[in-house]
Amino acid sequence: MAEPMRIRATMTGDIADVKVLMNHPMETGQRKDAKTGQLVPAHFIQEVTATINGVTVLSASLGSGISKNPYLGFKVKGPKVGDKVVVNWTDSKGDKNTAEAAIG
Amino acid sequence: MKQPIITTLLAGLAGLGMALGAATAHATPEQDRQEFIKYYTAKYPNIKVENYIYGALAFDPDSKAQYDAIMEFPPFESDIEKGRKMWEAPFKNGKTYASCFPNDGKQIAGNYPLFDDVKSKVVTLQDAINDCRTANGEEAFKLSDMKTMGTLTAYMRTLSNGMIMNVKVETPKAVAAYEDGKKTFFSRKGQLNFACASCHVQNAGNRLRSEVISPAVGQAVHWPVFRGGDNLVTLQQRYDGCFKQVRAVSPPQGGETMNNLEYFHSALSNGLPMKASVFRK
Amino acid sequence: MNALRRNVLKGAVGAGTVAMAVAAGLLKPTQAMADWNAAAFDAKNVGDAMKGLGISAPVDSKDIIIKAPDIAENGAVVPVEVTSNIAGTTSIAIIAEKNGTPLVGDFTLSGGTLGFVSTRIKMGQTSLVRAVVKAGGKSYTAAKEVKVTIGGCGG
Repeated sequence: MAEPMRIRATMTGDIADVKVLMNHPMETGQRKDAKTGQLVPAHFIQEVTATINGVTVLSASLGSGISKNPYLGFKVKGPKVGDKVVVNWTDSKGDKNTAEAAIG
Repeated sequence: MKQPIITTLLAGLAGLGMALGAATAHATPEQDRQEFIKYYTAKYPNIKVENYIYGALAFDPDSKAQYDAIMEFPPFESDIEKGRKMWEAPFKNGKTYASCFPNDGKQIAGNYPLFDDVKSKVVTLQDAINDCRTANGEEAFKLSDMKTMGTLTAYMRTLSNGMIMNVKVETPKAVAAYEDGKKTFFSRKGQLNFACASCHVQNAGNRLRSEVISPAVGQAVHWPVFRGGDNLVTLQQRYDGCFKQVRAVSPPQGGETMNNLEYFHSALSNGLPMKASVFRK
Repeated sequence: MNALRRNVLKGAVGAGTVAMAVAAGLLKPTQAMADWNAAAFDAKNVGDAMKGLGISAPVDSKDIIIKAPDIAENGAVVPVEVTSNIAGTTSIAIIAEKNGTPLVGDFTLSGGTLGFVSTRIKMGQTSLVRAVVKAGGKSYTAAKEVKVTIGGCGG
């Protein structure tokens, strides 16, 4: 199963800078397996949601054109140090992953 | 005016023996290193030597910006994490890798390669890791296997991040090994008849096949690399690639030629800070 | 006790668990991403991708700033940052025009999130990287060319 995603959230002034690194192969379905010569089926994160203290701040739909081990950065005005960031993702096979971090 | 050593070496690429004999009979590795730096800084006075650790990126702000963006939160962090688990897992006999190295393996990579007087040969950090494995009843890793040796060093070398490269070449036998590595570096090889120096000295900073060529000083401090963010390559794996790219037969990794080359090549980067497991294109 | 039931009850984590549970009839097959806009993401050209996003005739805007390389180091991982200084930005979409399926991501912002998104995308060839912003019921766009080279010496 996918390794845990990593979240870094820091305040700069009144803006929370959130960076998320997800672990996922993000297969497009176009890549040939080096050993078998067969196409590796598409398998990629499709939906990512982020909340801060329960309020949705980001709702992203991704395609397979996002790089392997997806990186997302976004900024939110208003949170405070200690507020909880929760990130959830779901992929094209229905697999899910969640992680949380406190804003530092 | 006396010709700089490098110019003589380059001019004599075909007649290397003569050039080396004439120009470097009394040159120490440290003098060689200074000669290289003099050569590069004369060619590129605007690039600081401390930035040679970025190789081709030092010549191109657009490339460096991408490196900085990706290194801020590298996509290969979980691969390094795999290496950490390998490093911390005890052998079957209960001992760990840390017990084989001074300071638990932290801040030591800059001392490698070293010349082992007992074994009478150059020992790289990967050789030392394999020595640790066999001394503790485990099989040695294949150096070209990125899943084992590659992944382990991707973590282990980060324990020496920031360490200043400090390769010592002190005894006559060590000097001989160093000189052998230098000879490999300056010898033309392969169907393309290029020496390492043809690209990384004569054409450092120029473009070849759309890529900027990095200077030899500063190269050895930043390995292994994750090409494209996920393709792990160790230093000798890269040497192997270079040999193949000039269509030469590549000597075996961990053998005398490769180890002596790494010995010479690393000494060229003495004085520069190390950073393992970085992004490259 | 049968192994499948035991594993599901133990909550064994693994890519197979959901599939196993579905196959065993223990879970209804979820419609894996009811929300995911397949029409837009599977579109093979920019026009169809925009249509899928419900965007027509976006206005060129200098208030959208795209930070992306001039020449990508590696087309598999191209860092792209989009900043929208348009008031009331509610979403930012990123399109790599010459990709087989140009729409790469669609980011809906809410709850105080600034008009900013940073990610890394794959590019198959030199192409315009286009950002489309929805704000106040209208749509705006800007684009930057990113060159992608093939070949080189990397070992």
